[in-house]
Amino acid sequence: MLAWNTLGRPGWQSLRGRWRGLRAEARWGIAIGLEVALAALLFFVDHALGYAVLTLSAFYWIRRLPPMPWKLAAQAALVLVFLVFQPRSLGALLAIAFAVFWIPERLRVWALPVVAVVAAVFYPFYQTEMFTIPVFGVWPDVATGVVMIVFVMMAVGLNIVVGYAGLLDLGYVAFYATGAYTAAFFASQQFAGQRCPTPGVSIENCTVAAVPKHNFDLGAVGLVPGAGGIHVSGWLLLLLAGVITALFGIVIGLPTLRLRGDYLAIVTLGFGEILPQIARNGDNFFGTGVNLTNGPNGITPLDSIGFGNKLSGWTGGVLPSNFLTCCKANHLGHQFQSTDLFFWVAIVLLLITVFCSLRLQYSRLGRAWIAIREDETAAAAMGIPLMRTKTWAYASGAFFGGIAGAYYAIFKSATFPGDFFFNISVFILCMVILGGMGNIWGVIVGAAFLAYLDREGLANTGAWINSNVHVGHWHPNLEVPLYASGIYGLIILVVMLFRPEGLIPSRRRAAELHEGVHDEPLYDSTHAGTEA
Amino acid sequence: MSDTNDDLLVAEDVRKEFGGLIAVNDVSFTVPRGRVISLIGPNGAGKTTFFNMLTGVYKPTAGSIMLLGEDVTGKPPHAITARGIGRTFQNIRLFQNMSAIENVMVGMHTRMKANLFNSIIRTPFVKREEAAARARALDLLQEVGLRRKAHEAAKNLPYGEQRKLEVARALATEPQLLLLDEPTAGMNPQESAEFTQFVGHHLRDERKLTVLMIEHDMRVVMGVSDRVSVLDYGEKIAEGSPREVQKNERVIEAYLGKAAVEDMKRQGLS
Repeated sequence: MLAWNTLGRPGWQSLRGRWRGLRAEARWGIAIGLEVALAALLFFVDHALGYAVLTLSAFYWIRRLPPMPWKLAAQAALVLVFLVFQPRSLGALLAIAFAVFWIPERLRVWALPVVAVVAAVFYPFYQTEMFTIPVFGVWPDVATGVVMIVFVMMAVGLNIVVGYAGLLDLGYVAFYATGAYTAAFFASQQFAGQRCPTPGVSIENCTVAAVPKHNFDLGAVGLVPGAGGIHVSGWLLLLLAGVITALFGIVIGLPTLRLRGDYLAIVTLGFGEILPQIARNGDNFFGTGVNLTNGPNGITPLDSIGFGNKLSGWTGGVLPSNFLTCCKANHLGHQFQSTDLFFWVAIVLLLITVFCSLRLQYSRLGRAWIAIREDETAAAAMGIPLMRTKTWAYASGAFFGGIAGAYYAIFKSATFPGDFFFNISVFILCMVILGGMGNIWGVIVGAAFLAYLDREGLANTGAWINSNVHVGHWHPNLEVPLYASGIYGLIILVVMLFRPEGLIPSRRRAAELHEGVHDEPLYDSTHAGTEA
Repeated sequence: MSDTNDDLLVAEDVRKEFGGLIAVNDVSFTVPRGRVISLIGPNGAGKTTFFNMLTGVYKPTAGSIMLLGEDVTGKPPHAITARGIGRTFQNIRLFQNMSAIENVMVGMHTRMKANLFNSIIRTPFVKREEAAARARALDLLQEVGLRRKAHEAAKNLPYGEQRKLEVARALATEPQLLLLDEPTAGMNPQESAEFTQFVGHHLRDERKLTVLMIEHDMRVVMGVSDRVSVLDYGEKIAEGSPREVQKNERVIEAYLGKAAVEDMKRQGLS
């Protein structure tokens, strides 16, 4: 990696030398002094920010201390102080975050995901009670949480393709779109058609109001009486969307996966552009007059998801019959919102995705994917059928992308072609890169963070800057979300320069990125072979 | 030699052209079962190209390759591996960032049956298969003397051990025929001698494996080969026991030039 000292000017070098020459105690003293100064400075801008910096440095320095009998006690006392006096503050949260590192690693591996899931499940109950984060403002609301989880699912899916198998896919949005449109086709009035209620009279000569011609209902909830079209139960629909998208992934994959590296990236980019265009122009599908996608107007509304009246009745209303119209009960002092239900279902879907992804990673197929990423030629020589194995990676990635897309469409109750542009593909890829390619935990963190920034974070940050940063009476008037692409680009640039393996890297990937993979093609690409 | 039951591999008039260059020119070649055959020749003679055709990396321009009586000409590499040819590479091509045991387990890919779906559910079958594969991988590492380094990343192993790991990975594919491409390149004389012993004694005599290797180190070639074939400019110029080949004029000419042959004749050596 490019180290600072190779860039250094002589002045910088001598400063470093002097710093090194100082006694350890002096260095610590200066560092702590600088941190306190920084905290004091920030205190004038935003109290909470100042406290946060102080907390961080306090915990950091306690950790740096040599092992002493009272060290643990000091840390515990500090956490307690926060929890008692400032239970709802960033400081308390940071204190808890640091406390996590006292847990022995063996336990932490299990405890951390469990705590994270529990915290997420109860998020709707305490979200409104949470403190304001400096710079980022209030905690994201539950609807944002749903979108974040949907994007995390997509990132985890893309991670199978890019992180495990090393196939650069710049058109992942195609899978998202396929899933969303599958949901729209099978849970809306899109294909209702029209006929005349009077028997034997064609629609052109009809004198009374037309009624839907096609009507197919399979367990959908919340239907308007007399509404035509195909209505499949939301749960079935999620599975259906996954399967159809996976099949679509295989269809796209068979011709494209014969290519390597850059060529593959370009072709996937093409597919990522083709699909939204088909959606946009699909109100007259290839000039046949068939209205497949309803063009730029999109398909809306979509059926909601729910457990139906029967199940709801049997369980005494515990399982809501329809998410959109649910929630009169007042549980745990919290008025349920339909968003909360969507949020919890999203968590379940994400857990399934993560589970499958982890299982695949440590399987025969997962090993084959990593082998292909490391050296395609050697992998083929060891008996791994390249085409088939890559296609499986593609199909698995597509499956989860499709489910995420379908769920998002159901949540929004709409699908528009404008949702599926190239920037979404890049955005999801950014999530994977930022978090750490190949490491599912990193990808989750990266995706959640970027999705949050996109939905709320940037706007909040802009508001904070506009009100807190000022020169005299002059306040800036920034529209930060307008600079979103630039900011994401900058984030990726910084990550690539200083931590190319991502925030939480996979051990293997980190090694590759620092030393490079030696995979010179030796192979006839025309001869990659689909045959077993 | 004719196509008898004892011939594991029969290549007939195999030819490879790269544009105008004829890398392998109508070479016919048989590998009898249970023997160690060496393929030698000066640099650029077409040895590795020939190997790459046997393993499906290149498709021959003409000719046919029969393995165990089945035509495998132009089949993709994984299909050929599944039918029983395992190989190592001239310039080591391990999966650098995978551990030694993972490398070996990748080699077992064709011999395992777990698929996407039962891997997710992790059925008892998958659990058993995975455990068996792990145990077998450890056995194979034991065989080449790397058991203690099972969890070391391949790239952290010293050069000689990387060569051994490549052999273990190739053995994991359960081959009938093992192709070794310059297996002792970069080894010191002691390591080469050990390796010669390993091929001759362990692989051939104990495991009853058939080995075809490209080798430059004549001590290794002469020490272990049952038969030596010599390629020069893409053509097979000689074949026979190590002793016969050593005396063959065309071979000496190919390696040392015409002058050397005349020199030797004058001194009555040939």
